[in-house]
Amino acid sequence: MTTPTTDWPFENPVLVASGCGGTGRDLAAYGDLGTLGGFVTRSITLHARPGAPAPRIVETPSGVVNAIGLQNPGVEAFLADELPALTELGATVVVSLAGNSLGEYAELSRTLGRAPGVAALEVNLSAPDAPGSGLFDVREPFQAASVVAACRRDLPHGVALLAKVRSDVVRVVETSRAVADAGADAVVVGNALPASMPDGRPGGLSGPAIRPLALRCVTEVCREVPGLAVVAAGGIMDAGTAREYLAAGARAVQVGTALFRDPTAAFRIAEDLQGDR
Amino acid sequence: MRPGASRHGPVHVRAEVLATKALGAHRQLTLVAEGVGAGFRPGAFVALSVGEARLARRAYWIHRVRAVGGHAAALDLVVEPRGPGSRWLADLTPGARLDLTGPLGRPFSLPAQPVRCVLIGEGSSAAPLLALVERLRERGCGVHLVLTAADEARLMPVLEARRSVPTVSVLVGDTGSQLGKALDGADVVYAAGSTGLLAEVAAATAERGLWCQVALEQPLPCATGLCQGCPVPVHDDDGAAHLVRSCADGPVFRSDRVDWAALA
Repeated sequence: MTTPTTDWPFENPVLVASGCGGTGRDLAAYGDLGTLGGFVTRSITLHARPGAPAPRIVETPSGVVNAIGLQNPGVEAFLADELPALTELGATVVVSLAGNSLGEYAELSRTLGRAPGVAALEVNLSAPDAPGSGLFDVREPFQAASVVAACRRDLPHGVALLAKVRSDVVRVVETSRAVADAGADAVVVGNALPASMPDGRPGGLSGPAIRPLALRCVTEVCREVPGLAVVAAGGIMDAGTAREYLAAGARAVQVGTALFRDPTAAFRIAEDLQGDR
Repeated sequence: MRPGASRHGPVHVRAEVLATKALGAHRQLTLVAEGVGAGFRPGAFVALSVGEARLARRAYWIHRVRAVGGHAAALDLVVEPRGPGSRWLADLTPGARLDLTGPLGRPFSLPAQPVRCVLIGEGSSAAPLLALVERLRERGCGVHLVLTAADEARLMPVLEARRSVPTVSVLVGDTGSQLGKALDGADVVYAAGSTGLLAEVAAATAERGLWCQVALEQPLPCATGLCQGCPVPVHDDDGAAHLVRSCADGPVFRSDRVDWAALA
């Protein structure tokens, strides 16, 4: 196990999950982003991606399946428009990134890691609709580790590196160990799970429907990889469900799908957890 | 309040059903929702949560804001029972509570001059137009309201409409051939309805060189700009095509900005 090279950047344990807080401006209508542990952006790629056609999100029992297709304006436009707005709103900014090659990951990490106001990077190693998206294949733990190493290499000291892995109970411990050894300061467990849209397109299932699966994964990583900081995500709707993950050993949580139903959810959970400390 | 936010930015509140009534095949819900109705502008909408296990929101136009009992700004919404979410809403009874977020979206823009306006509304989608009629008449605009529906039961109440606007036309069934005639004499057109109707209106107004705004109705999974689940293909001033969010960048759009072929 490598020793974390970076101080923990989050002052409280509630973050907004990638792709669930819009550009930040939309969410800021409902609360002060500065009161959250951090705001994780949607995944930023080197070049703009138009994203998938509609429908992009469908409702399922206690969840939603999404196929957004990583719509984002590309790193240049992100740095020009979205990042300055986020820092102005007082957010502790975590930039999620995704690339088509190790070279792209290295370039994104170098560029984003030096941008003013970026507290951490989150490498998206678990995009649920990755098949056909052109993203670098990270199914095997050694592949995920190579991405983390490529990102770590040129990342300035003081910018934390998070690796977002899939809540796949068969592989999650091995993958978490591999990315930690490659230089990740923390793992985020995990993303929406691979699922299918009703028309057969690949998508990702999120929400309370996947919470027991994600909780099992978080529990196993915390137990099997002691000393590794774990950020938990998966169907957190309120302080009670956040506490389940924290009790399992997670150091922080991310709130995602809950924001679609209640844009105040992250602010409310952060406030409710204040009394626990 | 965030910098630059309007005085009447959206809030997320627990709303209470004050009253319900049948409007033909539709259900009108009257809700009290603290801080939502003040500063209402026609074309604004609210997002509703429908039960604990359903995570996607349901978006409804604010039909009207009015004083009810001791409440200065109660909201009227018109619900057409179509799927499980709208049926859940239509079955609510006075006293029921539900999560509501609003006011949301970019409303209709109003003309600066007293021009002649034609408003076209289909079924329950016509809900935001009656309030728009009032605002336009306050500005001295001539208003002709056209209500359309697949059948009589889905028509918005015509008598009620005639109280606020003298010229109301009704088109039931196949509207295609009659749309063009309805636009006669218009300077500005507003339309609210299905994507199919709006595309027809957009084509007809483009042909006549009329300024037209449309209120799009698409599923809005979060309705608050967070999820990127409601893409609308548009052309900007330079003709460049891109995707915007119906909930946050609309749902009212200039009809010539929407790429109708890509949307359908």
